[in-house]
Amino acid sequence: MSDGTNQRFTETPLVRRKQREERFAQWLFFAMSAAMIVPLLLIVGYLVQRAWPSLSLGFIIDVPVRGMKEGGIWPAFIGTIYLVVLSLAVSAPIGILAAVYLNEYARDNWFNRLINLAVINLAGVPSIVHALFGLGAFVYAARFGYSILSASLTLAIMTLPVIIASTREALASVPRSFREACWNVGATRWQTIKAVVLPNSISGILTGVILQVSRAAGETAPIMFTGAVFFKAVQKGDLFPYNFNEQCMALSMHLYTLSTQVPGVKESIPFATAVVLLGLVLAVNAAAITLRVWLRNRKKW
Amino acid sequence: MPADTHVEVRDLRLAYGTKEVIHGISFDIRRNEIFGVIGPAQSAKTSLLRCLNRTIEFSPEARVSGSIHVDGEDVRQVKDLYGLRRKIGMVAPLPVGLPISIYDNVAFAPRCAGLTRKGDLDDLVEQCLRQAALWDEVKDRLNSLGTKLSGGQQQRLTIARALSHQPEILCLDEFSIAIDPVTTMRIEDVLKELRKDMTIILVTNLTQQARRLTDRTMFLWNGEIIELDRNAVIFGDQPGDKRTYDYVMGIFG
Repeated sequence: MSDGTNQRFTETPLVRRKQREERFAQWLFFAMSAAMIVPLLLIVGYLVQRAWPSLSLGFIIDVPVRGMKEGGIWPAFIGTIYLVVLSLAVSAPIGILAAVYLNEYARDNWFNRLINLAVINLAGVPSIVHALFGLGAFVYAARFGYSILSASLTLAIMTLPVIIASTREALASVPRSFREACWNVGATRWQTIKAVVLPNSISGILTGVILQVSRAAGETAPIMFTGAVFFKAVQKGDLFPYNFNEQCMALSMHLYTLSTQVPGVKESIPFATAVVLLGLVLAVNAAAITLRVWLRNRKKW
Repeated sequence: MPADTHVEVRDLRLAYGTKEVIHGISFDIRRNEIFGVIGPAQSAKTSLLRCLNRTIEFSPEARVSGSIHVDGEDVRQVKDLYGLRRKIGMVAPLPVGLPISIYDNVAFAPRCAGLTRKGDLDDLVEQCLRQAALWDEVKDRLNSLGTKLSGGQQQRLTIARALSHQPEILCLDEFSIAIDPVTTMRIEDVLKELRKDMTIILVTNLTQQARRLTDRTMFLWNGEIIELDRNAVIFGDQPGDKRTYDYVMGIFG
């Protein structure tokens, strides 16, 4: 080995500087992404620690007693499920069908650009404004009154644009060549959508919808104005305690009232309520991830 | 129009937005001939095929003028657009196995056209896969996914799919760029068989392939016909245009 080749691979100051920069950059990016874990752990840890004395299965299925100062959260828990299920039952079909139209049929003209603009802007409207709209439109104009129906419809309008956006993304991930192959053999657009597009985008569509569960469950303002109530007497563990034209309790609203409106609540109860709400949301997200992984493993190309 | 004319193109112009890519071309394709189209990239070969089965309409900025008649019927006036597309089989350059079973890949078009009887479908699927020289390789796994086949097999699956709606015209757009020479030769043999039943339009970058297979060949360049003649002339020593000679001999540009 000659001296010449040896020297070609020696560390020069330039090389050392590049290595230093590389190490720093990698460390910085890693630190920033690792920092994401810290708030989550702190939130969950703090909540669970403060909530510990009240946490039990009984806490979920018991009803509040002694002016909500003690007892469980069943009416709020089941109320949140009512609101989420009903609102997504409305917004998921509408959102998915609208997204199919926008992605598969719509030509690029002024009307469809207007629809796109509307979807984007609707997604940017603050939830308190949705709440006022729901109050005017559903509670008063449509005469649904303060009810589960009004609150769910308000939540549906709030989640709709996001469902449309996520569904369009899922549809757009199906390669265009599949569609062209179908069109070439004389399939209509609907036959193409049915046979190829929907079966291959369903995982993304469902994930998008399920992620809206956590948003619908967590929002307070829209339901506070339209259908959630301070207290409602309900049987312990009753699965169908509400009618759609009645008001209901909800976890997010319950947490707010316990923390600010009721004096002398046992200290761990609001924290336990928060843990249940958080647990519900995380459980749903975990289900969405599981579903996505399962469906992705069955992906066909 | 003479009795043996199958496709008649007159003064066809195509523009994407303001950019014209086909500048008013006219030619006839005869029934049951293998009609070659050669030309370098960007000479609008694929666009021409898309005008024929009107999938050009999926490009919103495309503007077509002039006329294309198939069997004397103006394709731009047809009532049953999907029937027109079934009349014209189309094989794209890159193989596309649809993410459904091999059987469903081939049965898709007949089902779309309303054929539902299991026995009829089974026969048709077998016949098309045999014609595409794929049957022996997949007959034991018709339920596995079309996307799991190799590239060459997927291309033959694409051909089987194009045959499944029993077209009268079969367009092959550079069908051999993704498959090996042996498979290519097998498919070329298949094409020689198929010409008894249908007219074949073969777009190809391989001038030797055009020379082997076609009866007449059209040399398309920048959206204009440089020359259209019998193969003996196009691939002979003295084609009508020097550019044809240069292109075929590979000393173009």
